[in-house]
Amino acid sequence: MSAHGMGASPLQIKNLGRRKAVNRVMELLAWLAAAIAVAILGVVIWSVAKRGASELNLNLLTKPPIPFSLTNAPQGLANAFVGTLVVVGLATLMALPVGILVAIYLNEFAPASIRNGITMVLDVLNGVPAIVIGIFVYGLLVVGHGQSGWAGAFALACLMLPLVSRSTMEILALVPNSLREASLGLGVPQWRTTLSIILPQTIGGILTGTVLAVARVAGETAPLLLVCSLVGPQINWNPQHALQTIPVAIFELSESPDPADHARAWAAALVLLLFILFTSLGARWLANRSRRKIAAR
Amino acid sequence: MSTTIEPTVRVETRRTPMPPRERLESIFEVEGLDAIYGAKPAVKGVDMKVYKNLVTAIIGPSGCGKSTYIRCFNRMNDLIPGFRQEGTIRYHGQDICGANVDPVAVRRMIGMVFQRPNPFPKSIHDNVSWGMKVLGIKDDVNERVERALTQAALWDEVKDRLKASALSLSGGQQQRLCIARAIAVEPDVVLMDEPASALDPIATKAIEELMHNLKSEYTFVIVTHNMQQAARVADMTAFFSISQGGEGQRFGELVEYDATEKIFTAPSDSRTEDYVTGRFG
Repeated sequence: MSAHGMGASPLQIKNLGRRKAVNRVMELLAWLAAAIAVAILGVVIWSVAKRGASELNLNLLTKPPIPFSLTNAPQGLANAFVGTLVVVGLATLMALPVGILVAIYLNEFAPASIRNGITMVLDVLNGVPAIVIGIFVYGLLVVGHGQSGWAGAFALACLMLPLVSRSTMEILALVPNSLREASLGLGVPQWRTTLSIILPQTIGGILTGTVLAVARVAGETAPLLLVCSLVGPQINWNPQHALQTIPVAIFELSESPDPADHARAWAAALVLLLFILFTSLGARWLANRSRRKIAAR
Repeated sequence: MSTTIEPTVRVETRRTPMPPRERLESIFEVEGLDAIYGAKPAVKGVDMKVYKNLVTAIIGPSGCGKSTYIRCFNRMNDLIPGFRQEGTIRYHGQDICGANVDPVAVRRMIGMVFQRPNPFPKSIHDNVSWGMKVLGIKDDVNERVERALTQAALWDEVKDRLKASALSLSGGQQQRLCIARAIAVEPDVVLMDEPASALDPIATKAIEELMHNLKSEYTFVIVTHNMQQAARVADMTAFFSISQGGEGQRFGELVEYDATEKIFTAPSDSRTEDYVTGRFG
């Protein structure tokens, strides 16, 4: 502020000191907000790890639970891990082809009006609470037939579908139009262009979206409680029956009177958390790789 | 290419003398063509004939609808939402927008090379062979690939690395690869939308030479904003300009279409003269 006496130079701003102070305060607030977001995740991981670490061992993954066990015989949650594998696997097999086809139709073939309409429908579907999907599948598949792994997989597939198709649409939109024109300009039909030229460019991105969707629904509890939760402790691979799943197991064990059950629930939560963490990291890596590949053109 | 504009563009004599126009066989007959984006006309009222086994150049200032116009010839504009076309383009007498005409079949006969090289992310060999295989040319694939690459003046540079990615080539090489890819499927016409605009003079020269050498087999239509290029390669030249319509609308229209010699030395329209002498554009 030493230039005050020199008159109004265009480089002089009034209240410079106050502006700088406000700037610092606002920057600090923004930094704090970011720190809070990171801290929440940190606290969650730390508290889950602290409580679950004691039960995090191979038995958790390989041994079925022993209800009301009075001995120290090793037990785990193998039935829940198997069930989650089967249910999420089937859900992926259902959602992936439909989701990709929806995205291809919308991005490559549909006129703009239909594309906008269906994109909005997908966004709404993405926002439908999981419990509502659960009730819908309960009414559709469970009433009169009983719970089953199929019903659970179908409910999760409903949740995955908008995730897979929206992420596939995004990656399809990244493929430059010049590539479509190159193929169409040769007189190659559009379906062949899509199949042989466009899709190979997007495999990485589709995989990323799928991995993220898998990570998201692997932790879904609400619909599974309704359609796939009445189970015994035995390991079961057959989706005709209701299968135990990790999130449902965590929910049930949390209500158990036995503190060892609580520890196992924490350990299962830790496994789920680590699974989601690593799949998300893997998905990011895949996404960056395929973006770079497309951008390298 | 250098952008200096000489007072009158010198016409080089690479072109063989043209037979009289009534003896030429027309391949396209354009009548009353309007090309419209939404409500905005890009090109209006074009009438012209494109002749077989000649190089036809389309020149004009930026925004006169040259690219839009050339993309009408193989219905590439179909891909653009809101695009509409009125009037007719007849290819060997058949309306290419007729109800029973498949745009895929049109593009099969009328190939295109784009402004920016757009090779497939495949190997050099596969870039040329993929289109052939998809379109049912299955015999002597390797010989045909070699022939196309030779015609596109690229063979000597890539013959030892046909398996390498096409994306590893330089821009000029990529563009020649795109030309090889286009002629490998043996179209009847090759449309070129400013094929040399992103290329250095040497690559440009290679492309001009290949057009000159191949026009006995193909018919070329080339859009260029480079008048020297039109003067060097084209037998016929069409000059497009921007016109003002009612309500402040600007659209492109065909001002003059004649033998290249005539367009550059004795144009009949003053707008053509202004453009080719560098007074405008």
